[in-house]
Amino acid sequence: MNTALTLNDYLLVSGLLFAIGFAGVLLRRNIIIIFMCLELMLSAANLSLVAFSRFNVGVTGLPNYNGQMLVFFIITVAAAEVAVGLAIIVALYRARQTTHVEDINSLKF
Amino acid sequence: MSPLLFWLFATLMLGFGLAVVINRNPVASALSLVVCFLCLAGLFISLDAFFIGVIQVLVYAGAVMVLFLFIIMLLDLKETRPRKLNTLGAMVGAGIASAFILQLWFVLDRFSAGKRPFPAFPEGTTVRQLDDVRQVGMTLFTTHNLPFQVIGALVLVATIGVVILSRRELK
Repeated sequence: MNTALTLNDYLLVSGLLFAIGFAGVLLRRNIIIIFMCLELMLSAANLSLVAFSRFNVGVTGLPNYNGQMLVFFIITVAAAEVAVGLAIIVALYRARQTTHVEDINSLKF
Repeated sequence: MSPLLFWLFATLMLGFGLAVVINRNPVASALSLVVCFLCLAGLFISLDAFFIGVIQVLVYAGAVMVLFLFIIMLLDLKETRPRKLNTLGAMVGAGIASAFILQLWFVLDRFSAGKRPFPAFPEGTTVRQLDDVRQVGMTLFTTHNLPFQVIGALVLVATIGVVILSRRELK
């Protein structure tokens, strides 16, 4: 455990986080929890991107900042996505008084 | 960063990530997600990505999770009474997730390039060169200037969309 960290360590942790989020999306039926698990999956992708960015040093010896730019854009888009998604959930709750996905099974109300 | 700290943050992050899925109470899930994101910010900082770590705390653990908690409390979601577990869904979910982990294990086992430790910064690197926020800003406003402006338009559209969606009468 005390050897130097490798890229694979970070990729493994990132993959495990993704698997947790993925299992959560399939297992849980509260729509807000499903939404949180989607955020977990996005964050797992961010972690692997930052790890690749640090691993891939250029000629200057600095990290490759293009990877971090992608993470920056993902975080911005995710913030906008959360705002819109939660507004949709609130509208859904007003119409049906439920956030349980199995209670929402008809296309037309 | 010492490997011990990495494993500490990684274990905490995965543990609280699991707590998000397991908790019955939505508020407890959201608070676990906050801790999970804080540990993730620690991992970002361990990779010398200070700026990304800071905006992870500010935007994700701060703004986004406050929004989640606000909506959970606005809708007044109670602790869900245990329903009959969807056995098919649970089996498929656990099966696909473990198949993914197994595949990841095999792929990483063969990925020899990733078994090298992270390269150290060269000897003569000055603090100014390592100034993370400055480097990120330079890259953002030169190489990625157009995507940055497109993101601005996207955030504006999202704002207008949310205002329209949450008006009282939805026609």
